[in-house]
Amino acid sequence: MWPSGTALHRRVWGWFEDRLGLNSVRQFIAHKRVPVHSGTIWYYFGGITLFLFLLQVATGILLLLYYRPTAGEAYESVQFIVTRAHYGWLVRSIHSWSANLMIFTAFVHMFSVVFLRGFRRPREVTWLSGIGLLALALGFGFSGYLLPWNTVSYFATKVGTDLASDLPLVGPALARFLRGGDEVGGATLTRFFGFHVAVLPAATTLLLILHLALVQKWGISSPPWVEERDRGSGRRAADLAFFPNFFLREMIAWYAALGVLGCLAALFPWELGEKADPFAPAPPGIRPEWYFLAPFHTLKLIPSRLWILEGEQLGLIGFGVLALGWTLLPFWAADREGLERRRLVTGAGVLLAGYLITFSLLGYWR
Amino acid sequence: MRPASLLVLVVPLWAADSCLECHSALAGKLQAPTATFAQDVHAHRGFSCAHCHGGDPNAAEAELAMSRARGFVGRIDRLAVPRLCARCHSDATFMHKYQPRPRVDQFAQYQTSVHGQRLAAGDRAVANCVDCHGVHDIRAVKDPLTPIHPLRLPDTCGRCHADAQHMRKYKLPTNQLEQYRASVHWEALAKRQDASAPSCASCHGNHGATPPQVSSVAAVCGSCHTLMEELFNGSPHEPVFKSMGEAGCITCHGNHAVFKPTTAWLSAADGKCSRCHEPDSTGGRVAAGMASLITRLSGVLAGADEVLARASRSGMEVSEAILRQREAQQTLVKARVAVHSFRVAEVNQHVQEGLKLAEETRRAGEAALRERDVRRMGLALSLVAIFITITALALTLRRIEGRSPPSH
Repeated sequence: MWPSGTALHRRVWGWFEDRLGLNSVRQFIAHKRVPVHSGTIWYYFGGITLFLFLLQVATGILLLLYYRPTAGEAYESVQFIVTRAHYGWLVRSIHSWSANLMIFTAFVHMFSVVFLRGFRRPREVTWLSGIGLLALALGFGFSGYLLPWNTVSYFATKVGTDLASDLPLVGPALARFLRGGDEVGGATLTRFFGFHVAVLPAATTLLLILHLALVQKWGISSPPWVEERDRGSGRRAADLAFFPNFFLREMIAWYAALGVLGCLAALFPWELGEKADPFAPAPPGIRPEWYFLAPFHTLKLIPSRLWILEGEQLGLIGFGVLALGWTLLPFWAADREGLERRRLVTGAGVLLAGYLITFSLLGYWR
Repeated sequence: MRPASLLVLVVPLWAADSCLECHSALAGKLQAPTATFAQDVHAHRGFSCAHCHGGDPNAAEAELAMSRARGFVGRIDRLAVPRLCARCHSDATFMHKYQPRPRVDQFAQYQTSVHGQRLAAGDRAVANCVDCHGVHDIRAVKDPLTPIHPLRLPDTCGRCHADAQHMRKYKLPTNQLEQYRASVHWEALAKRQDASAPSCASCHGNHGATPPQVSSVAAVCGSCHTLMEELFNGSPHEPVFKSMGEAGCITCHGNHAVFKPTTAWLSAADGKCSRCHEPDSTGGRVAAGMASLITRLSGVLAGADEVLARASRSGMEVSEAILRQREAQQTLVKARVAVHSFRVAEVNQHVQEGLKLAEETRRAGEAALRERDVRRMGLALSLVAIFITITALALTLRRIEGRSPPSH
């Protein structure tokens, strides 16, 4: 398809081909296929997450042109962006909304990989890099939340870093490192800004390259029951050309996501709130962003002391163990003979998704 | 040596207390004090029964412990209570051990009060220290459970002053507490839990409790409402009220039942001004002029509020305008305060300032609403463009897949 067209087109293509060897890329893409089955729709969520991340990068760079990361100027600079800078309100709203949608689609992507068994050998490292990317996305959310320096973000960060200080052994040192002192203040804002625009983007870029490279290397996996069905029937597995068929469908999904984002940004512009006042009492009902609500609400339900441990400490240890177990999913999803523990994996996935949804809703309404 | 210091020497603070041991085993009135004394601030500081009642708390036998020879005085006569408390509470050196900045003038003040003067004249029914502070469960002044805590003080005073039987011989009204409970002061104190809101003692004093006289009412109110007092003292009303023997503030605002003032007080036929001023008199016209200005500013401010609220509900960023609007609201407060000058020009100055600010904030709100409409139009156009693009992509896909089926 590519080399066809006018003579000029062919000459330009030829010029690049001679210098970049694009033919191999073309060949690779031309042969890339995507499995087709009842769960194919879930494959689009990885791409939508990538699209929202790219939007984050673009709008984040635009916000950087005006944002000033000091306690004295942060709030005013965001206020300037949303009230004075041309389309600043749109850029900021899209940045905030797409961040939230990106974390949502990342979770959907993760659970779809679990339920479609996309983590199986040889895709263990793809899974690990994906979990790493989700953790980084949560880090982006936590660090970015403070940057407007408003009352809600200030006190939510205070609660968040207080929780970090409850971690056994490393807690106090970690909290101090995050805050840049004993309390959330100007030093915390500068640090969080540094994490948000330098450390996390660098780590994300590297991990994203690895993740995408592995997806290219191993291709998109079919669920085991689809593979078994196709093997049993002796037919070749149904699939779809990545380009242009899957690509065009993905484009439609991206445009739909853009439409949803536009509606959210224009009809529900992200609030700025009131400037943070470290000396003011914490307003009632302080809670973190929705994606931290489930653990936050769980910690509130744990008694303050259990056995020899503080309740919160125990909760954090529990979350740590849970996160580690979930990260190592590909390594316990099959027994030593390589037989899949399907019920166990599906049960764990349903339990975790149910827990996150239920406790997030409880945390939101209480 | 001071009497209080002597007391401490006679009854060491660390002594074992046979009073509590024996009385806690008794019943009724003789046992009751032992149940509450543990919460008493004096018990917390190591004082025992004997510090007030005398006797020997180290003696095991009741006869010895309550021996007159060992200073036992038994039940304290009501007339002797203030002087007994004053033995310690008027001794600055002694009190300094317990408070860094002790107050030691309570007894002297009490003696100047109506309560103190009547007690000195032998009236056992008037309030002394224990009637307000409690007897064997006296708590620190800052303790929220003490009867003299600001939030509880009106009820404490009301125990006697709202009791018609108790007040009969003094020929005093007993509706003060009821009136106070209808006032703005009570609303601030009880509903908003504002402990700094005025209660009985704020105007009448506490230990030196005396009713403010006609000449001192303005000074009493002015201790909080300073601007109003200043304006009133420079107003044409001040000399007139003085010559008429009217008690300043309470002529319009009342004393215990102090209500929230409204603009109708100035302009309505049954308002405060119309009690003395005919509508077509100079005073009546001034009142109507001030009312008209305040009503106008209130209306304009309400309009600007409404526009800003609509913009804010639409998610528009109008925090700067809302901040300016708060300044504008302040001018309304100032205009209302300026009424106490009883001069239209004084009120008008603040009203004009407020109108200017309100106009500015209303415009900011309207600009935000226009911007909101532009955004929604932009969204609609973008959605159309997105829809067209999606349709074009879908058609392209169908054309490609019609030519060569995608799936094997």
